[in-house]
Amino acid sequence: MGRKLLLEHINVPGINTLEVYRKTGGYRAVEKAIKTMSTDEVVEEVKKSGLRGRGGAGFPTGMKWSFLAKPEGVARYLVCNADESEPGTFKDRYLMTNIPHALIEGMIVSSYALGANTSYIYVRGEMMPQIRILEKAIAEAKAAGFLGKNILGSGYDLELYVQPGGGAYICGEETALLESLEGKRGNPRIKPPFPAIAGLYGCPTVVNNVESIAAVVPIINDGGEEYAKIGIGRSTGTKLISASGNINKPGVYEIELGVSVEDFIYSEEYCGGIANGKRLKAVVAGGSSVPILPANLILNLVNGDKRLMSYESLSEGGFTTGTMLGSGGFVVLDEDQCIVRNTWNFSRFYHHESCGQCSPCREGTGWMEKVLHRLENGHGKMSDMDLLVDVSKKIEGNTICPLGDAAAWPVASAIRHFRDEFEWHVRNPTLAVKENFGLAHYADPLPELVS
Amino acid sequence: MNILNFLKLSEKVKVTIDGMPVEVEPGTSILNAARQIGGDIVPPAMCYYSKLEGSGGKCRTCLVKVSKGSEKDPRPMPKLVASCRTNVMDGMEVQNITSPEVVEARRGIVEMLLINHPLDCPVCDQAGECHLQDLAYEHGAEATRYEFDRRTFDRIDIGDKIQLHMTRCILCYRCVFVADQITENRVHGILGRGDHAEISTYIEKAIDNDFSGNVIDVCPVGALTDKTFRFKNRVWFTKPVEAHRDCPTCSGKTTLWYKGEEVLRVTARKDEFGEVEEFICNTCRFDKKETKDWVIEGPKKVSRQSVINSNHYDQLQPAQVVKKNLELMEANKEQFERATKF
Amino acid sequence: MLKVEETQSVEFSTELVNKFAEIVSRYPEGKEKSALLPILHEVQAVNGWLSSVAMDKVAAYLNIAPIEVYEVASFYSMYFLRPQGKFVLEVCRTGPCCLVGAEKIIDYIGEKLGVKEGEVTADGLFSYRGVECLAACGFAPVLQIGPEYTFYENLTTNSVDQLISDLKDKASKS
Ligand SMILES: Cc1cc2nc3c(=O)[nH]c(=O)nc-3n(C[C@H](O)[C@H](O)[C@H](O)COP(=O)(O)O)c2cc1C
Ligand code: SF4
Ligand code: SF4
Ligand code: FES
Ligand code: FES
Repeated sequence: MGRKLLLEHINVPGINTLEVYRKTGGYRAVEKAIKTMSTDEVVEEVKKSGLRGRGGAGFPTGMKWSFLAKPEGVARYLVCNADESEPGTFKDRYLMTNIPHALIEGMIVSSYALGANTSYIYVRGEMMPQIRILEKAIAEAKAAGFLGKNILGSGYDLELYVQPGGGAYICGEETALLESLEGKRGNPRIKPPFPAIAGLYGCPTVVNNVESIAAVVPIINDGGEEYAKIGIGRSTGTKLISASGNINKPGVYEIELGVSVEDFIYSEEYCGGIANGKRLKAVVAGGSSVPILPANLILNLVNGDKRLMSYESLSEGGFTTGTMLGSGGFVVLDEDQCIVRNTWNFSRFYHHESCGQCSPCREGTGWMEKVLHRLENGHGKMSDMDLLVDVSKKIEGNTICPLGDAAAWPVASAIRHFRDEFEWHVRNPTLAVKENFGLAHYADPLPELVS
Repeated sequence: MNILNFLKLSEKVKVTIDGMPVEVEPGTSILNAARQIGGDIVPPAMCYYSKLEGSGGKCRTCLVKVSKGSEKDPRPMPKLVASCRTNVMDGMEVQNITSPEVVEARRGIVEMLLINHPLDCPVCDQAGECHLQDLAYEHGAEATRYEFDRRTFDRIDIGDKIQLHMTRCILCYRCVFVADQITENRVHGILGRGDHAEISTYIEKAIDNDFSGNVIDVCPVGALTDKTFRFKNRVWFTKPVEAHRDCPTCSGKTTLWYKGEEVLRVTARKDEFGEVEEFICNTCRFDKKETKDWVIEGPKKVSRQSVINSNHYDQLQPAQVVKKNLELMEANKEQFERATKF
Repeated sequence: MLKVEETQSVEFSTELVNKFAEIVSRYPEGKEKSALLPILHEVQAVNGWLSSVAMDKVAAYLNIAPIEVYEVASFYSMYFLRPQGKFVLEVCRTGPCCLVGAEKIIDYIGEKLGVKEGEVTADGLFSYRGVECLAACGFAPVLQIGPEYTFYENLTTNSVDQLISDLKDKASKS
């Protein structure tokens, strides 16, 4: 069994209450940090832990914190990104529903480290039940003296508020989130300036994912070095993986970074294998934005080694044969699934969610969706695949925010790895509407593919 | 005196764009530095507007490549950047038309801007002075590869003087910035999201304000037009003349667009980058359509880049810089050939 | 332009206005506009949708231009700019859910209610629509019902039948 830092007590009855949470050792990190550590020491521990942002980009959290500008007399903000809308990702909702105090405790410690006296948790509006849960947890923490004025007699003040979103994936992008929190349309800002210099209300701001903030709690309790011992290489600690699709046991799993993809999919500890005795066809390993890989490439590296669940191993091979850990949204497709349909579906998502500010993304996402739609419905042309790749290239890297890239990668990677399935759709338009291409050679051992 | 001068000089930063050096104030954007050099190396700007705070960054036509970040940190920037929203650093080296990557990306952006744009140039008021038309022309957008229905919207009147043809809009947000910054009480804005976003008033409300007419001048395409423009006409058959009047509300400096003896419409004066020099009031724009209302100064010089110019006005002059710089001449061959053909 | 019906007269109850005041107090002075999204949720929870009259009143309360409210309300997918059924079934239609049958559930709901996506049933009780990933992909297929956004997971045609009859009961009792 791998070590659990975030979900250790998930099955303790009443763990959503402050009382039970404290009995399991909760709020020790707040006491330790505020009573015995300077703010810089807290930042230092987080740096030592090697914690990387769990929201998708994987940027080292300690380093991000140390970039925060600290001009005299200007407020600083910590904003927690609980917008969780990346298809395939549902770990933050799970954590907030079951152990809300893990987030609240992390927010208090992190706000203290950054010198923020007002912090916000921006929760996607659809998570109204979680908003209520968090509001209740905040009230409990406040009543117990962990929030409000003069926390634990230290002289440190902190107010914590929950802000609902309005239904927009783009508000997960940190500057769009800040716009939204200011009561505006969720249009990402043009950077620079970065939030660390001018974020919420023009003040220095750190935006971190729910899981990143919750991970600060065990880091402070056990020390950054202890945390860094877990995991592999620069992928330290544990990570919540949201597993969905055609597996026997979908759900949220906390893994030590570095378990093999094969173990993750097939072991009883995690996904428990492919559902209904089917065979594995493909995996989207880090949320819908990352490249999709066929079974053979997700299980093994090109050199034959096993691929591991870590930032480095998943991206091994770059965009040619690799993918990314992203937000940890692990979507498994069995042999009965149609890659063209799935790609069209994701493409529709990005088209629907583009904020529309910049022309390549606004126009290009719709264009890709339409071409994919006609391919899926038996009206495609052989030239469509090249057209899609070309349109995706014209979006990628040329937009204001990474949503453009996120829309381009799934399409480009699906065509890169599953081109023959797309071509089969064009050649067999009537059949393709009724039947699927099946597993084909996508699980064949790699060396044959390579030679 | 000397020391002051020295200090002042040393504050300037040096940047090289397509091999051409220029010294500018710190905090200048790459685009504005390029405008100081002038000529063909100026990136096209469809959304940035120097007189409107916060504008730019959206259309992406002004993308350039930063091949050297600065003297201190010479690393190139990993992606193409919007030149209108990226500031120069001392020692920065920028490639615009000398970078095949930039030219290719820009071609892509222009294609994206055109896929949903109607092909109604022949009946559009803006034809001849439309920045999108210029861009399409310069970037040789071939036959469209887009085989789907184009997005369409109904025309709406925003008050009795301004008409909005949303179908033509490229969502540059300039008109919204004008409404926000030049007029009081903004009543129109951007509704919806993504490619359904539209400029609108939501519930029919007139833009009723002394300076509202300026949204027409800042619109880079023919989406916002002047309903008082008499006898719809190709712009290039009209004759622009600079004029002024003593106006209590604005500077009164305008361009009158004549056909024969008649003033067809009045606009603000635009500089060589297509930006108005000074915003004008609605009285000058909509209500003064008689020659006797104005003091005539003389014919307006037409911008070098525009389609009116290359089709119907004085010859296209290759910019000075092109002749001196072999690399630029190569990069700008097409433009150069077009120019020498005339 | 969106065509809107001006059929609603909107009054904000004292309770609601007190709620607004509490929300506004969460932000620093001068940043009251931050309250816009939460306030719109509160108004929609009471009225079922956001009419232009309601939005104008919110604008007046926050001392901002009405267009600023329209811009925001039309950007986010949770705000309804048209009247809806009493219960809006919002079913996830995104990839991971579709791998385990979400599309069939959406079609089934359409058949069962006898209306198309976005339409309201004759009794005014139901409408439904497909929405994007609800961050519950491991419990798919899923749907949510506002204004509290109660969640229904691992949907089957049977559980949909049950849900719809429960909601009808609930409506007839209230
Ligand atoms: C389109 C888009 C959507 C995003 N959605 C989320 C999200 O839902 N949750 C999240 O934590 N980060 C999301 N991110 C990443 C954030 O911009 C940001 O990197 C993150 O919140 C930083 O926190 P971290 O360093 O703790 O990961 C998104 C980014 C983009 C470009
Ligand atoms: S890339 Fe897309 S989502 Fe991001 S700013 Fe541009 S239009 Fe908006
Ligand atoms: S109407 Fe014109 S000025 Fe306004 S956003 Fe559209 S293109 Fe730009
Ligand atoms: S002018 Fe720079 S992005 Fe539009
Ligand atoms: S895809 Fe349906 S909840 Fe995520």
